[in-house]
Amino acid sequence: MYIKKECVAMLLAGGQGSRLYALTKDMAKPAVPFGGKYRLIDFPLSNCVNSGIDTVGVLTQYQPLVLHDYLGNGQPWDLDKMHGGVHALPPYQNINGASWYSGSANAIYQNISFIDRYNPTYVVVLSGDHVYKMDYNKMLECHKAKNADCTIPVLDVPLEEASRFGIMTANEEGFITKFEEKPKNPKSTLASMGIYIFNWDKLKKALIENENDPEQEKDFGKNIIPNMLADGNVMVAYPFDDYWKDVGTLDSLWDANMDLLNPNIPIDLYDPNWKMYSRNPVMPPQYIGEDAVIENSMVTDGCEIFGSVDFSVIFEGVKIGKGAKVNYSIIMPGTVIEDGADVEYAIVGENSVIGKNAKIGTDPTEFANRDDWGIAVVGHGITVAEGKTVSPKAIISENV
Amino acid sequence: MSDKNVLGLIFSNLHDESINDLTRRRTMGSVLFGGRYRLIDFPLSAMVNSGVGEVGVITKKNYQSLLDHLGNGREWDMSRKNGGLHLLPPFSHNQDGIYRGRLEALYGVWEFVMRSNADYILLSDCDIVANMEYDKIIDAHIASGADITAVYAKGNVRMDESHTATVFGVADNGQIADVLISPEMSGDSNISLNTYVIGKTLLKNIVMDAKPRNLVDFEKDVLQAKVSTLKLMGYEYTEYYSRISSMQSYFEANLALLNTENRRALFKADSPIYTKVRDNPPAKYGINASVKNSLIGDGCIVDGKVENCILFRGVKVGAGTSLKNCIIMQDTVIGKKCGLQNVITDKKVTITDGRLLTGSSRCPLFLAKESEI
Repeated sequence: MYIKKECVAMLLAGGQGSRLYALTKDMAKPAVPFGGKYRLIDFPLSNCVNSGIDTVGVLTQYQPLVLHDYLGNGQPWDLDKMHGGVHALPPYQNINGASWYSGSANAIYQNISFIDRYNPTYVVVLSGDHVYKMDYNKMLECHKAKNADCTIPVLDVPLEEASRFGIMTANEEGFITKFEEKPKNPKSTLASMGIYIFNWDKLKKALIENENDPEQEKDFGKNIIPNMLADGNVMVAYPFDDYWKDVGTLDSLWDANMDLLNPNIPIDLYDPNWKMYSRNPVMPPQYIGEDAVIENSMVTDGCEIFGSVDFSVIFEGVKIGKGAKVNYSIIMPGTVIEDGADVEYAIVGENSVIGKNAKIGTDPTEFANRDDWGIAVVGHGITVAEGKTVSPKAIISENV
Repeated sequence: MSDKNVLGLIFSNLHDESINDLTRRRTMGSVLFGGRYRLIDFPLSAMVNSGVGEVGVITKKNYQSLLDHLGNGREWDMSRKNGGLHLLPPFSHNQDGIYRGRLEALYGVWEFVMRSNADYILLSDCDIVANMEYDKIIDAHIASGADITAVYAKGNVRMDESHTATVFGVADNGQIADVLISPEMSGDSNISLNTYVIGKTLLKNIVMDAKPRNLVDFEKDVLQAKVSTLKLMGYEYTEYYSRISSMQSYFEANLALLNTENRRALFKADSPIYTKVRDNPPAKYGINASVKNSLIGDGCIVDGKVENCILFRGVKVGAGTSLKNCIIMQDTVIGKKCGLQNVITDKKVTITDGRLLTGSSRCPLFLAKESEI
């Protein structure tokens, strides 16, 4: 017996995130640690809960172990519900055999029966790798008020960046008249944020038609949205002018973490009216040692800081030894930075060890040609031996 | 992990009077400690980690904060179909609920104890901060054939704290030969950690026998009175602990956690101390922050100078402010250019810009919950 839900969220979390290289070698992108005590998926999940959406299907495929383990029964997000709650939806075998999710649209298509059980009027399709705070309920109100079949939140982006996005043209009332996925010569600067509200009956029809057309790819941006527009559905652009970041690359992951340290950038994790939920570590409070220097940084439970930390995001259970320096860096859970090590402009993955006096990354100002410089990245569970150097732009996925 | 069937009973209200300021509106068990904990987290987590699968928490009064903290016990993994955590508020007691001592409290909850399948009962209070391996204590109890095993630690008792202590005389074979309650003394002694193991049948006999005789006090009417007729064994606890018996010892026990050796002895990776989750973001340090030798909870926003302090979750420290030897409880907001030394603030205290407040290490200045300065 399922009780009808007005709105069900489907969260696309199966992508590899190949441009995060070593960081997504063993985990899906939505499971990548972010912001000191979160993983990327905490942002859309918390948004759902704060928006009153209590039924979330999480579509998983690539390296799901960490992600499934993290989601558990959904209790940290208050999504362990008798009716609804969070459900991990990996691909499965059926009477016709087994098939992987072959695209974002196909992933939802293969889970039509999951959605139908709740008989929803609306379905929200979300992405597991965006950092933002958004009230989906407000967007749903707008969707209803405009009698829309599909509502797409849009950002106004600079024209030169517009060809990276799905770009739409909308009239004065916000009704979309044209949609182009990654156009070479963009005609507008309204960029799709890659999240959608649909009337479920309309989306279901579009998914089935798309699936039955072997000529088409199985992608929301490339197929479903243009198809629905061509079919004369009412499509609405919903302007969003708050902080939003797609953390698809190492640079954007680093940038988005640094944004949290910048008081002028409007992503406030400390707002009691819009709490960010996560699976909390069971660890004692952080200890800042006698000789430690700590400024402009975020640090989490279980850390022991004996060295100096500036402009950095330090996750739970990290140890930073005496004389070690961590600047402009992101140190993921459980990692040990031994005495005297120097970590600058770097991302260090979970449970890694940076040996004594090792040197990871450098300041970009030391480079005449900025293109030779980049964030240094050490993957998860890596040991960098005493005194070794990891140069800027290097991506380490084996012990050195 | 103990394979024995053990029921844990935690007394949340005993010792309330030793830190009156902090227990005015809460139980001893719900007194805040160590940057993110309540005192009951220590015995409760240790019971969970020792395989004690069923725990009753005995309350008396002022227990709203305790109920709120413990909830259904999920955060201690004690929300169970069989066993798990049981809160025993006074209305479940046989009498009017206001028991006068440990024995009378046990009589009040005896129906609950009877329903348990346990063979052994583990009793603990909330005045000891430790991460005890209770399974070892239970095994020792069984191996020695004791009627009652009492846990003690060799330590120095101060004259001004001895009135809250029970002290044992322990023979060479480990048997307790003498029980002194609130002795006026100082110096090295075997201080009771108010932790006992006893067989259920024996405890039943003791509790039922005490009722018609109007005996209410476990230490006086059982341990002391029966020291020669029962086999009372001492179990010497040699690991890290602190005993909270006054505001001063509370202050010292908190600051003792700034010592890395102490902290690692109390917070062991394989036996974590659980507590209620608050979903705070990480602590954030501003451009003016300078923090030395301090424990900082998640959700703090620090832009001032903090030295030898414990900041609980969600504390804000403004720019130009200096804190030294302070314990600042959760959600307290300290403005700019303040100076605080040897101060304990309870929860949600507001200190406006420019205030200077100083206590002493013997007598820290205390600011009550939700007060505004």
